[in-house]
Amino acid sequence: MKKSTLLTPDKNNLLTYLSVGLTLFFFSVLDVVLGSFYNINLTSFLPGVLSFLLPLFLGFIGLHFIRIEYSGIKFLDLINKNINTNSFNALLSLLIIFIIIKLSPPTLSWFILDASIAGDSKDACSGSGACWTYIKVWFNRFMYGMYPNEEQWRINISFISLAFLGSVGFFTTEKLKKYLTLYYVVIYPLIALLFIYFFISGGPIFFDFSYGIIAAVVSIIIGFFIPSKFKMYYFIIVPITIYILLKYVFFYEELIELGKLESLEWVETGAWGGLSLTFIVSFFCLIFCFPIGLFLSLGRRSDLPIIKYISIGFIEFWRGVPLITVLFMSSVMFPMFLPEDMFIDKLVRVIIAISLFEAAYVAEVIRGGLQALPRGQYDAAKSLGMGYWKMHIFVILPQALKLVIPGIANTFLALVKDTPLIFVVGLLELAGMLGLAKTNPKWLGYAMEGYVFASIVFFIICYAMSKYSYNLEQKYKTER
Amino acid sequence: MNFKKLLPQLLTLLVVILIFGFFSYNAQVNMENRGITFGYGFLSQESSFDVQFSLIEYDGSHSYFRAYLVGLLNTILVSVVGIIFATIIGVIVGIARLSNNFLIERAASAYVEFFRNIPLLLQIFFWYFAALRALPLPEKAEPMFGVFFLTIKGFFIPSFVWNNIDVFVYSLIASIISIFFVKIYAKKKQEKEGIQTPMLLIAFGLLIILPLLSYLFGGVTTSVEVPVIKQLSQNSFTFEGGLKLPPELISLALALSLYTATFIAENVRAGVQGVGKGQKEAAASIGLTPNQVLKLVVMPQALRIIIPPTTNQYLNLTKNSSLAAAIAYPDLVLVFAGTALMQTGRAIEIVSITMLTYLSLSISISILMNWYNKKIAIKEK
Repeated sequence: MKKSTLLTPDKNNLLTYLSVGLTLFFFSVLDVVLGSFYNINLTSFLPGVLSFLLPLFLGFIGLHFIRIEYSGIKFLDLINKNINTNSFNALLSLLIIFIIIKLSPPTLSWFILDASIAGDSKDACSGSGACWTYIKVWFNRFMYGMYPNEEQWRINISFISLAFLGSVGFFTTEKLKKYLTLYYVVIYPLIALLFIYFFISGGPIFFDFSYGIIAAVVSIIIGFFIPSKFKMYYFIIVPITIYILLKYVFFYEELIELGKLESLEWVETGAWGGLSLTFIVSFFCLIFCFPIGLFLSLGRRSDLPIIKYISIGFIEFWRGVPLITVLFMSSVMFPMFLPEDMFIDKLVRVIIAISLFEAAYVAEVIRGGLQALPRGQYDAAKSLGMGYWKMHIFVILPQALKLVIPGIANTFLALVKDTPLIFVVGLLELAGMLGLAKTNPKWLGYAMEGYVFASIVFFIICYAMSKYSYNLEQKYKTER
Repeated sequence: MNFKKLLPQLLTLLVVILIFGFFSYNAQVNMENRGITFGYGFLSQESSFDVQFSLIEYDGSHSYFRAYLVGLLNTILVSVVGIIFATIIGVIVGIARLSNNFLIERAASAYVEFFRNIPLLLQIFFWYFAALRALPLPEKAEPMFGVFFLTIKGFFIPSFVWNNIDVFVYSLIASIISIFFVKIYAKKKQEKEGIQTPMLLIAFGLLIILPLLSYLFGGVTTSVEVPVIKQLSQNSFTFEGGLKLPPELISLALALSLYTATFIAENVRAGVQGVGKGQKEAAASIGLTPNQVLKLVVMPQALRIIIPPTTNQYLNLTKNSSLAAAIAYPDLVLVFAGTALMQTGRAIEIVSITMLTYLSLSISISILMNWYNKKIAIKEK
């Protein structure tokens, strides 16, 4: 040990080592900074490779000299502990610092300094940096697809009101909290559907099917207040009665006439696109895949053999095939399975396909939660005289779902990230619109800007979702 | 079996049968109307379309079944390449996330957060349409190390030309089998006499010596073929000789491995963190060296946590490789469910074959997984 006292820093000569080490370290950083920002090479007198590696070498020696344990200087200890524990770590830290310094000038200049955003044609992009003008000009298309410009307020209003209605849960008083589940499971999706149908699509206000919807909504809302003893009979009789009454007794002709007064222009789903379509598809798939997945997971754990094996078969089938083949199936194979005169809209088919696909994944995640619950929970619920549904709704599922929040969030994230795949059936959401814009002869050569923009947008959405799920997980965490 | 249990089952069965019946009836009617008969006979017909990139000999005169094989092999190729790179990157990043070096940990987690939160399709598009398009044309390409050429038309790398390759392959197989037997012998010896055999040294030795012998006595020769630039016309150049990796393959493999690596990294991190601190301390306290602690105590336990979700990721990668269709890499979906379907119009047969292929792939892997899980599960007394 005594041999290398000169090169092994110790506490006695703290100041000497510190000053030498820091000087070397700062010189190396300075060399890299000057080299990459101002293009000045301080060590140009040295041969090429040596001049290139010199900062790394100097910084390494510098870090070696300041590696003094328990020096008594807080900041130094912090640095040593975090980036400078041994030679290998010091080398890696230096490499990362230098790479960041080397990369920042080109990145900065591409993103901001040499980028152009003014003007509204390709001529404005003369700099060597990014051409944000391209994004600016195409922004409308990236957001709304081929949706007519003068009608875009409909999408805006729908999304704003849906976001507002969706956030109701945060503002309700304690007294109304128990209705929240009903609201989110039944009413909110219905409102969303109506918004999409009437507002974004611009369908006729009254059509044959709307009687069914009205009957279902009215009877579910009333049914919530009916004592559970009569609920079963109620739900069989009342909706049908309301439907018949509405359709054959009250205002049938008048309403159909009214429905023909289309105030909003009909916009085909083929014209929808851009980020708003991403939102619509992921929103509905989220809403549909969760209940389907829930029932599948219960079915898979059921002790009724037929239901169990049907569920297993269903889950394993969807989990075994790639989504792109499912979409292929929904676009080329599925029409073969329908009667000649029956036509289902492309968007609806896609939403059904993605929902079924993701439902299988949700089912497996929830099954994990169900399996994690100890048997005692089931036994306790049964010993209280609870039936199958009561046991699951009040005892099992609340605990199981709490356990699998991260898994479900991951599945939902995967769903959002899978939406660009709908290009297979010809629907163009954000990534698809980029492909379209990229091949526009007036705007050739800006693929990079487009993909960087879309990446940032998706990153923000997905990152926010994952952070929110993390919060949710922390909020509902209960110690066992 | 009482009535209350029977009724829901019968109802479900009835609904499923009704749905299937409805679909198959419609399918029959529709096919009759269009004059198509259901059947797989078309597989032996001449395909008459070409595929850009194929591992086996193929052109338009071959059958549709051969086209299916070409697609399947391309899917397997990109999956295997992706899995290898994803594992390497994933393990490195996963360990980096556990580092006590602040900068390394931040860099690794930034990588994970970034690549995990961007749709894979977008990443594939980015590499294919934006990043690889920035590469130079063949005539302007600068060679890397004198032999690799990165161009906009693909990567050109030197290829090996083998003589008597089968002898070499046999020698490799023989060396692997002999390593296996030596290992069994070493284990027995250790159990009996408590003497450790330097397994690693012997394994490397066998792996080098046997193929070397095949060179000396088996008549195996290798030569390297370096790609050379060649002028096709006035301003169109390409490379001749060597191996060409098409840009589709590269961008697909790159995107798949970078994307899947983030998930593998998280698995690795969770696995290593999942091994209790007490285990490491206990191992150290009985005098094991840090390397032994890692090899004999931490890794076996961590692998038990890491391997099941990682296999799942491998499966996901294989399924995700079907995104190749978006950038025209001739994989199973593009060649078979795309071109072949367009030509023959046999939607039901082709889509069902494609789905069955993926399905059997993933089911066989999950059966293997369940077997492995049972094998490594903690055997409680």
